[in-house]
Amino acid sequence: MGEGIRDELTEQIINDLTIQAATVNGSGSQTANLVLTRAIFHMGIPVAPKNVFPSNIEGLPTWYQLRVTPEGHMARSDKVDILVAFNVATWREDLKTVRRGGVVIHEEAFSTADVRSDVVYYPVPFAKLAKSKIQSDTLRKQLANMIYVGVVGGLLGIPWEALEHAVRRQFLSKPKAVQVNLDAIKIGLDHWQDNFSKQDPYRLEPMTGAVDGRVLVEGNQAAAIGALMGGVTVVAWYPITPSSSLCENLIAYADRFRIDPKTGERRISVVQAEDELAAVGMAIGAGWAGARAMTSTSGPGISLMAEFAGLAYYAEVPVVIFDIQRIGPSTGLPTRTSQADVGFAFTLSHGDTKHIVLLPGTVEECYEFARDAFDHADRFQTPVFVLSDLDLGMNLWMTPEFKYPDKPFDRGKVLSKADLERLAGDWGRYRDVDGDGVPYRTLPGTDHPAAGYFTRGSGHDEFARYTESAEVYQQNMDRLALKLETARAALPSPVVDETARSAVGLIAFGSTHAAVVEARESLAAANRPVDYLRLRALPLASEVVEFVSRHERVYVVEQNRDGQVYDLVRLAVPAHLVDRVKSIRHYNGQPIPAAAITQPLLESEAVPA
Amino acid sequence: MSATLNRIGLPRDAYKGAATTLCAGCGHNSITNHLIKALYELGIEPHRLAKMSGIGCSSKTPAYFVEAAHGFNGVHGRMPALTTGAQLANRQLIMLGVSGDGDTASIGLGQFMHMIRRNIDCTYIIEDNGTYGLTKGQFSATADLGSVQKKGAVNTFQPIDPCAVALTLGCSFVARSFSGDGKQVVPLIKAAIAHRGTAVLDIISPCVTFNDHDGSTKSYSWVKDHEESIADVSFIPFYEEVHVDYEPGTIRDVELHDGSHILLKKLGEDHDPSDRRGAMHVLEEGRSAGHLVTGLLYLDTTMEDFATTEHIPERPLKDLGEDELRLTPDQFASFISEFA
Ligand SMILES: Cc1ncc(C[n+]2csc(CCOP(=O)(O)OP(=O)(O)O)c2C)c(N)n1
Ligand code: SF4
Repeated sequence: MGEGIRDELTEQIINDLTIQAATVNGSGSQTANLVLTRAIFHMGIPVAPKNVFPSNIEGLPTWYQLRVTPEGHMARSDKVDILVAFNVATWREDLKTVRRGGVVIHEEAFSTADVRSDVVYYPVPFAKLAKSKIQSDTLRKQLANMIYVGVVGGLLGIPWEALEHAVRRQFLSKPKAVQVNLDAIKIGLDHWQDNFSKQDPYRLEPMTGAVDGRVLVEGNQAAAIGALMGGVTVVAWYPITPSSSLCENLIAYADRFRIDPKTGERRISVVQAEDELAAVGMAIGAGWAGARAMTSTSGPGISLMAEFAGLAYYAEVPVVIFDIQRIGPSTGLPTRTSQADVGFAFTLSHGDTKHIVLLPGTVEECYEFARDAFDHADRFQTPVFVLSDLDLGMNLWMTPEFKYPDKPFDRGKVLSKADLERLAGDWGRYRDVDGDGVPYRTLPGTDHPAAGYFTRGSGHDEFARYTESAEVYQQNMDRLALKLETARAALPSPVVDETARSAVGLIAFGSTHAAVVEARESLAAANRPVDYLRLRALPLASEVVEFVSRHERVYVVEQNRDGQVYDLVRLAVPAHLVDRVKSIRHYNGQPIPAAAITQPLLESEAVPA
Repeated sequence: MSATLNRIGLPRDAYKGAATTLCAGCGHNSITNHLIKALYELGIEPHRLAKMSGIGCSSKTPAYFVEAAHGFNGVHGRMPALTTGAQLANRQLIMLGVSGDGDTASIGLGQFMHMIRRNIDCTYIIEDNGTYGLTKGQFSATADLGSVQKKGAVNTFQPIDPCAVALTLGCSFVARSFSGDGKQVVPLIKAAIAHRGTAVLDIISPCVTFNDHDGSTKSYSWVKDHEESIADVSFIPFYEEVHVDYEPGTIRDVELHDGSHILLKKLGEDHDPSDRRGAMHVLEEGRSAGHLVTGLLYLDTTMEDFATTEHIPERPLKDLGEDELRLTPDQFASFISEFA
């Protein structure tokens, strides 16, 4: 290490650092990462973990980034403070990612010839320690990662109590594993204490008040809880990363909360379908018959669902479709994140089709939007897409504890037997009685001679009778458009923060939110505050146009190549405002960091517009 | 004269639907009439019936019977998925699917097979004409090898036999019939409806417009000349008593879940409908002899249907409310605190 660096390092850096563990997939590293995360969280310090994993079961490199900030920043950081290098295959590349003055904990056996001189090294003989101290051959591989938790604990001053808590929490369902894991952590901790003296500035200190009332939840867990509380009773799905964990969690929760302990009856039916065509078809069949039904998938599955989505739109059948976005086109990068299905999902299917799309931007919204999606679907008798993504769905996020729903289910305009008696059978399935485009429906099984009707994806009149009439077709399409207009006003409205009173505004949605929050803070700190509109649903709310009209330049920030929402915003604003709308895009599959917003924004703003 | 009423007090007309828009003489129209007769005679409550279909001339037919019932004309080949979902949402519904051979054996083959694999409780009728009627006469996957299209083209592929496929998959009810054989179709429809599980009924149903010529093996005249029924079928519903006045040994009596009976009177060789391998053999023999074997091929009354295996309550899932579906506030709070 050069002398200059040593001088720079005299000032302590407390609770503000990013740890990156570079390990090998399938080696048990994820458990170690989670224990470290929970231990730091238990100290009252905000954490933001991001798991970057390969489409592979065992052997390929994987990284876990754990960002710690006193402010609770949740976006990915592009600067690594502490590297834990466990994977010889990526060692050289990983080393390049560490910031000047950062820390490198690495397997002692890795070659250190010609390495950087501007970082602090702590070589640890992980393999030797595991071999000599862990007797069980079967456990050794898994526990080896746990040793690094002990080393990092020593390095940063994590109290033993926090580590112990984290291990117990991690192994709630496997209490037998607690002691062996603690023992492995102790090996690392002892090794640190016996062999190293601290040469770096990084420290953790317990905080109070920063994470009160917060829990750590993955977006897919949150959505599963939301679906459960939203009253889902029929779930059909086909496995695909990064969506599988949504239904898998839902199944686990349903096993706990939806089985009648006396009769063994299940108040939910979950079908693992043969493909996504069948999955969405089952959900639509169930929605038609009156159940709250859903499916969950990712890009390739959404592609397969296109035809059925059009049927549900045109025949007006409620259904909730989760799309946990990953990178496309095609199989793309199956374990990397993106927001590139927005445009496709919005108009999924042939013909003039348009859908309600909910865009949760936080884990709390994953819960709330999943729950409320069933109300929207029932109320507007149409598919509702909930677009999350891999970053939001598969990473743990700090979130306020979820609120218990304060409303009963809204089952929409469903006519009962008594309603039909009152109407003396004067009822048309697709008649717009209320002028809001939303007709009344009956459910199969309703015991009234006028209840039955024939649902079809072909042309139909107000009484659901087949017709090829030009006028009737057009009227029906206009009513469907009106229905979406009605829905637009009922969907979650944008969250607008104009406290900056700036000429420049940002528009973003979904998981990009975390990076925007941080970008705004750093822009404000640099005397360049910007206003912000966070979009939460499609079709675009009217507030979007108003927001653009109040700002001279508005940057739409999104995680796709083509600026899909940028296009929608430009289409929505009047011609004289179109040029105000600019685009910032991030689409390399890694969650967007704040710098990916501030840099292009400052560059663009430096040039007179 | 007042109309004769069935056991729930409805006249036959209550089982009619909109006027057919199919070609005059289409086999599908005869099947519609058989369905009306079977449903009327069974005294099915219209509001409990869910008529499901895909796309095709055949799939249009649910509009032509039991107007008061709900129907769902879905997308091509994907009726099984819709049926599965609707059945799970409401187990009280009587699911009746009508499909074509294109709908079932080409675009929908996967869903057809998986529905059987799950043993969804429904009746699945294939109105099988060996051709795509609605798209004007292309061969379908059930067309026999060597059969000739109206314009002269010869089919060079082996047929997919929906009954053989169903048998291979262990379908709990497999039958074949002919639209012109009401005496057989009607009791088979009744039995299929009474059966709990997937009941596949492949009914050869000639397309008079595109596949009723010489050289077709799905024409009226071919089927009339080659039909070989394996047994006379009669159906005794649960609400009627069984009177057997046949000579002992000439009749098989199979009881269904709901207490109905299927009586099978031996015609030629004795076929035991609980013998799956025997059923395959009968199909294969018929095929090599150039016959169309009809009748109840296979029946397993012991297999559980999907909803039963999955412990889905008899009370429709669609009727469950907040108090049955949501966690209580206490449960919720303690559940969420697990994520701390
Ligand atoms: C996805 C899709 N592809 C193609 C079609 C066109 N199409 C409509 S009906 C049909 C074939 C119907 O044949 P079959 O199921 O045998 O019924 P039939 O008309 O003979 O009764 C086809 C190919 C369609 N509706 N949807
Ligand atoms: S084209 Fe064939 S299948 Fe279609 S209605 Fe006419 S006869 Fe029937």
